[in-house]
Amino acid sequence: MTEQLPVLRAESLTRRYGERLGCRNVSLELWPGEVLGIVGESGSGKSTLLNMLSGRLTPSEGRVLYRDAHGADIDLHALSEGERRRLLRTELGYVHQNPRDGLRMQVSAGANIGERLMAAGGRNYGKLRATALEWLDKVEIAAPRIDDVPARYSGGMQQRLQIARNLVTGPRLVFMDEPTGGLDVSVQARLLDLLRRLVRDMDLAVVLVTHDLAVARLLSHRLMVMYHGEVVEQGLADQVLDDPHHPYTQLLVSSILQG
Amino acid sequence: MMNTTSNTFSASSRETAANEALPVIEVCNLCKEFILHQQGGTHIEALRNVSFHVNAGECVALYGPSGSGKSTMLKALYGNYLPSSGSILVRCRDGETDMASASPRQVSRLRRECISYVSQFLRVIPRVSTLDLVAEPLLAAGFGEEKAMGRARDLLRRLNLPERLWDLAPATFSGGEQQRVNIARGFCRPTPILLLDEPTASLDAMNRKVVVELIHEACERGCAVVGIFHDDDTRRAVAHRSVVMSRPGEHA
Repeated sequence: MTEQLPVLRAESLTRRYGERLGCRNVSLELWPGEVLGIVGESGSGKSTLLNMLSGRLTPSEGRVLYRDAHGADIDLHALSEGERRRLLRTELGYVHQNPRDGLRMQVSAGANIGERLMAAGGRNYGKLRATALEWLDKVEIAAPRIDDVPARYSGGMQQRLQIARNLVTGPRLVFMDEPTGGLDVSVQARLLDLLRRLVRDMDLAVVLVTHDLAVARLLSHRLMVMYHGEVVEQGLADQVLDDPHHPYTQLLVSSILQG
Repeated sequence: MMNTTSNTFSASSRETAANEALPVIEVCNLCKEFILHQQGGTHIEALRNVSFHVNAGECVALYGPSGSGKSTMLKALYGNYLPSSGSILVRCRDGETDMASASPRQVSRLRRECISYVSQFLRVIPRVSTLDLVAEPLLAAGFGEEKAMGRARDLLRRLNLPERLWDLAPATFSGGEQQRVNIARGFCRPTPILLLDEPTASLDAMNRKVVVELIHEACERGCAVVGIFHDDDTRRAVAHRSVVMSRPGEHA
């Protein structure tokens, strides 16, 4: 395996909300093919961190460097809004917890996928439709549903469609905010299996925010545990979960119900 | 306290050849303490000054009563537990790494390229078929689909897992069937290091024999094997040496 460079680097990220600290002094590196899980309870700062990493929220201090497909380091917070949007439609992806935030609910599934391809430069209608069908198949949505609007889909299907919409342009780095959050357990399992396969086959780098430690274990290579806006523990996912050192991580792990 | 005993199986010619090179694994003064913050900060000492080495082509058994830290030791070798002090030198492929102080990324890489691990129980992944589960470590290491699947089929066949089960997720399998899937997954890649946590615990005599053969084959191709073995017969059949372990503070 050749030594690669990180695709994402965050340096001393801090975010203040007035007097309150949302997130303090977080640094990280993420390599291609690696899934970094960020776990912690609500209000621990994991969403603040994710939003800064994805360029949606400006840090009070620190910076986020994305290494693009040409090998250039891009400071995500120094980009113009237009440049940032272009990146988010092509090389980056963002999977929201609620598919309604990531899909256009009143246009067809095919158009939801095709739209992102067009943003990346696709023009030929026949090709767009063929690629959309191919992706519906990858996320296990039956071809005849291509012309339905996502509002008619079940929650699990909507989430799979959102993933197809994000991955169709072959992004290099995808941010995921509780991607299995609102789903039934059986629907979750299907989505997790799908995500695992796609991440491996596409050599994707992923920043995954979740409060579900089972999801974190299944998908992540490395974990960061956040508590009161700070990273209190990090390491290989199974090591952090099987041999937690910080009192808060031990509390989290010991609170899991044994199935 | 520990000591190392040679047992009758030791093939002296093989040992001499292996000893010419540096050991593949060298554990030195390893200590592991757990601090349970949720239980009043209780300290549990699991390993105290454990030292041993494993050469290429050698199978070393961790041997001792329950509570003596055998599993903790094996998990530390895999980077699943972080030692409190001491070192675990691993020599593989291009260099030498101390598992006790390596970065998560280095440990990840060692696992992908050098270390196979058969845990005591199979961690079932919902919806993933037996065949995919077994082939997964090979695919992750960059082997092609065809080769990975071929190897997975060979191992499942050798371990007598009925072919009708291969496309099913092992969640509903019996303990012995799950363990055989786990063993196939662990033996799938020809890594230089193999860690075995009671691989034969829930197997019948016929399949125990297959596992013994697989371990012999691993040693023959130069693999360094460390294992905890449930029954003395299996241990005698595969181990060149035993590392005798005891609960910290008690003598072996």
